[in-house]
Amino acid sequence: MSEPAETPEAQVPERVPFAQRYALWQRSGGIATPLATAILAFVMGGMVVLATGHNPLQTYRSIFDGSGLNWLFPWVSGAARDTAATDLQETGLLMIPLILTGLAVAFAFRCGLFNIGGQGQYIVGIVTGTQMGVWLGSVPGPVHVFIAIAAATLAGGLWGGIAGFLRATVGAHEVISTIMLNWIAIWVGTYLIGFGGPLQDHSQPGVPVSREIAPDAHLHVFWGNPFLQGLDIGFFIALAMLVVYWLLIQRTTLGFEVRAVGFSPEAARTAGMGVARNYFLAMAISGAFAGMAGALDILGWQFRLDVTTIQIASQMAFTGIAVALLGRNTAVGTLLGAVLFAALINGTSTANLDPNVFPPQLAGNLTRIIQGLVVLFIGADVLILYVWNLRRKVKIRRQPPAAPAPVAE
Amino acid sequence: MEDPTPVLELRGISKQFPGVLANDDVDFDLRRGEIHALLGENGAGKSTLMNILYGLYKPDAGEIRLNGKRVSFGSASDAIQAGVGMVHQHFMLIPVMTVAENVVLGTEPRRGGVFLDERAAERRVSEMARTFRFSVDPSALVEDIGVGQQQRVEIMKALYRNADILILDEPTAVLTPQEASDLFEILRTLRREGISIIFISHKLNEVLEIADRITVLRRGRVIETVPAAGATHEGLARAMVGRDVLLRVEKSAANPGAAILTVENLHVLDDRELETVHGLSLEVKAGEIVGIAGIDGNGQSELVEAIVGLRRPTEGRILVNGQVITRDDPKHLIEAGVGHIPEDRHRRGLVLNFTVAENLSLHEYRRPTESRFGWLWPRRMITRARKLIGDYDVRGGGPNTTAGSLSGGNQQKVVIAREIESEPDVLVAAQPTRGLDVGAIEYVHRRLVQARDAGKGVLLVSLELEEIRSLSDRILVIYEGRIVGEYTPEASEEELGLAMTGGKRGEEVPA
Repeated sequence: MSEPAETPEAQVPERVPFAQRYALWQRSGGIATPLATAILAFVMGGMVVLATGHNPLQTYRSIFDGSGLNWLFPWVSGAARDTAATDLQETGLLMIPLILTGLAVAFAFRCGLFNIGGQGQYIVGIVTGTQMGVWLGSVPGPVHVFIAIAAATLAGGLWGGIAGFLRATVGAHEVISTIMLNWIAIWVGTYLIGFGGPLQDHSQPGVPVSREIAPDAHLHVFWGNPFLQGLDIGFFIALAMLVVYWLLIQRTTLGFEVRAVGFSPEAARTAGMGVARNYFLAMAISGAFAGMAGALDILGWQFRLDVTTIQIASQMAFTGIAVALLGRNTAVGTLLGAVLFAALINGTSTANLDPNVFPPQLAGNLTRIIQGLVVLFIGADVLILYVWNLRRKVKIRRQPPAAPAPVAE
Repeated sequence: MEDPTPVLELRGISKQFPGVLANDDVDFDLRRGEIHALLGENGAGKSTLMNILYGLYKPDAGEIRLNGKRVSFGSASDAIQAGVGMVHQHFMLIPVMTVAENVVLGTEPRRGGVFLDERAAERRVSEMARTFRFSVDPSALVEDIGVGQQQRVEIMKALYRNADILILDEPTAVLTPQEASDLFEILRTLRREGISIIFISHKLNEVLEIADRITVLRRGRVIETVPAAGATHEGLARAMVGRDVLLRVEKSAANPGAAILTVENLHVLDDRELETVHGLSLEVKAGEIVGIAGIDGNGQSELVEAIVGLRRPTEGRILVNGQVITRDDPKHLIEAGVGHIPEDRHRRGLVLNFTVAENLSLHEYRRPTESRFGWLWPRRMITRARKLIGDYDVRGGGPNTTAGSLSGGNQQKVVIAREIESEPDVLVAAQPTRGLDVGAIEYVHRRLVQARDAGKGVLLVSLELEEIRSLSDRILVIYEGRIVGEYTPEASEEELGLAMTGGKRGEEVPA
C-alpha cells in the first residue's frame, strides 16, 4: 500500500479546520470512498442504459465478458475461453498507458500540482519512441528497446518539465500551460508524420504514418499471438513503474519533499526545501511516466505511428486523470483504477460487446459517462475543499496578525 | 446559592470519543443575565461540551434543560430555534456582503416574497446596533471592517435570531487588547439586557475580568464552579492544570559566551515593499536569551524572516558564528546552526497533514541518520520520533498520528523537539507560546531556558511583555524597525512600555 496503512489514532481534536478533517477522513476512509464513487457511477450509468430500453445488469455482464475478465473464472472453457484470453490480452494492453498516464497525474498531485498534460507528454514520448525504433536498426535488440524507452521517457519528462519550470520560475499555472503544451505536441506530431512531414514513411506518400520500427525493437509478447496484439512485456514494465512510483513517494527524500510541498509549500520552504525545485521535478517525473507510456505502446503493438493515434487515441491520457483520482494517487489505487477503465473501454468496444444486449456504438458512450461521473463525484470533493481553502486564504490575508494572546500569568 | 430557575442546565453530560472521554459527567448551569466562564486548557473538553449544547454532537449520557424543560437538539438549527447562539472562533461571514446582509442571511426580510428588502434589513440591523451599542455600520462590506467589528457582526447574527443564550468560543483569541476591552463593554451591555453568556477561554486574566461565575474543566471533568469575586489567579491555575504552575520562570544567572548571531545595519522590506526594518543591529551571545520587546507590527516578523532566510534583506549583514549568511536560503541557514520556532506553527512550523514522525524529521530527513543518497529510511524516522515523543512529552498521539490532529500545545512541542534536536547554535523563537495554555507555556519556557543553559543563543521575539521579562537575560526594545533601547530584565513594565510606544529613545545598541 502506498499510504501508511494505519488509520489515524482516534484523536478528538477540538476545532479542527475543515481541510484537516477532510484530509483525515480521506486517509481513514481507505478504500470505502472510491468504491462508493465507482458504484454510484455504475448505478447512474445503469439508469442511462435503462432509459435507452435495455437491461443494465445484462449490459454490465456483457461488458464484463467483453473485457475478457471472465477468463479468470475457471469454468469458462473451450472457444469462450480462447475469446476471453484474446479480450483480456487487449485489456492488458490498454492498462499499460492507463497505469502510466495515471501515475503522471498522481505524482504531480502529490506535489499539489494538476497535470492535465498527460496527452502532450504521451505524444512527445510516442514520437520519440517511434523514431528511436526506426533508427538504430543495427543496435542489438534489448539495447535498442532500452534506448527507445529511455529516450521517450526523457522526452516526456522534458515536456512536463517545461510546465514545471514555468510554474517554478514565473508562476504560470500548470493547468493552463500543460493544456497549451498538449496542443503544441498534437500539431508538431501531426506535422512530423503527416503528409510530406520529415518523419513520414516516404515509401507511401499518400498515408500519414511514420516508418515502421525495426523488428528487433519489438517488445516480447509473452501471452497470445504476437501478430494479433498479444500482451507484451510492457505490461510488466508498467507494473514495475507502480513500484517505482511507490518507492519514489514513500522511500526517497525527493518523495518526502514532494509530499511536504504538496501539503504545505510554506512549511516546506521554512524547513529548507526548495519549493520551485520540487515543482519542476514533480512535473518532469510526471511527464516521464506519460512519455514512457508512448514508447511502450509503439514498441509493444502499434509498431508504426499514425496521425489518428496522435490526434485521437492520445486522449486516453485524460482517462489517466480518472484513474489517478479514483485511485487517490496511490500506487495500488492507480492499478485498480487502470483495471477498471481498461476493462470498461475494451468491454464496450464494437468488437467485443454483444450487439444483441446493447448496441456497442452506444456502449462507448456509456464508458465515457461512467468516467465522467467518477471525475465529477471525486472532483466535487476536491472542489469543495478548494473553495473552502480559498475562503480561508482570503480571510487570513484580510486579518491583521492575530493579537497577542495574553498569557495567563 | 442555587438559583431557582437557571435558564440553562446541563446535567451529567458524558461524551466518549474513540480513545478519549471528552466529557465526563459534566454539570453546568447558566442563570439569566450572567456571564459564566468555561475555563480549561486546550483539550479539556470545553468545545465538546458547547458543541453538545449547540446540537453538533449527541451526548452519550446526560440531559439539557432549557428554562426547566428538557430539550434535545438534533442540529444547530434546533439550538438556534430554541434561542441558543454561538460565535465560533473562526467567523462564518461572507466577505463581499454587507454587515446587514450577513446578519439577516437565511432569514431575510423580503419584498414580494422573492427580493431582499435591503432597506428593511439595514433598518433592523441598525436598530439592533443601537440597542446593544455596537458601533458597526450596517452598510459596510464585511471585508472592509476589522476583526473586532466582524466579531460583533457574528454576535448580531445570533441576536437577530432571538438568541438569549450566547456562546462565545475563545472570543479574544483574534482580538487586539483594545478590541478585547471593547468586546467586554458589549458583553456587559448584553448582560444588562438579560442575555446569558457562556464565555469559553483559557486566559485567566480576562475570565477574572468579565465573568460572574467560573467553571473549570480539566480532562473532561468539572473541577469547580466558583464566583469570580474572590477567585484568584493561583487558585484557578491550579484547578486548570492540576498542580501549581510556575508563573515565574526559574533560571540561574546567564553565563554569556562569544557572540553567535550578529545582525549589522539590517534593512528589510515587508510584503508591500515598504521598509519595515531600518538599519537594525543586534547581537546574541552563546548562553543568553535576548528578548525583543515591541508592539505588533514594528518590524519583528520581517526581522525574524530575514534572520532565518525567508526574506532577503536589502542592506546589512547577518553573521552566525562569524560566517556571513545574509542572503542564504533556509536550508543553508539550518546547516549553519540557525534553529527557528516560527510565529505561525500551522502555516510554517508544521506540515499539518504529515505525521508527527515526518514533522519531527523535516530537517533530519536529509541527514545521514535518516537517508543516504536520497534513499529514505522511514523506520528510523519512526524510531527517532518515538524517542522524541517521550523526551518532549508530546501527548495525544504516536509517530503516525497526523500533526493536525494534535492540540496546539502538543503541536508546538513537536516543533520545539525538532528545532532543539537539530542542535542549532542559535534558536530564533517567534511568539513561541501564542495560543497555548498555561501548562504548555510553562513547558516551552523551561525548554528555552534549558537550551540557553546548554550554551545556545536564544533570540526571543514576543508580544507578551511578561514573557519577555521573565525569560530574557537582556531585553531589546524594537520600535518602528529600530532597536531603541537595551534593558535588564529588572526594568519596570512602565519603562519598557514607554520605550515600546516610542516615548523614549534609549541609546542605540552598539553593533
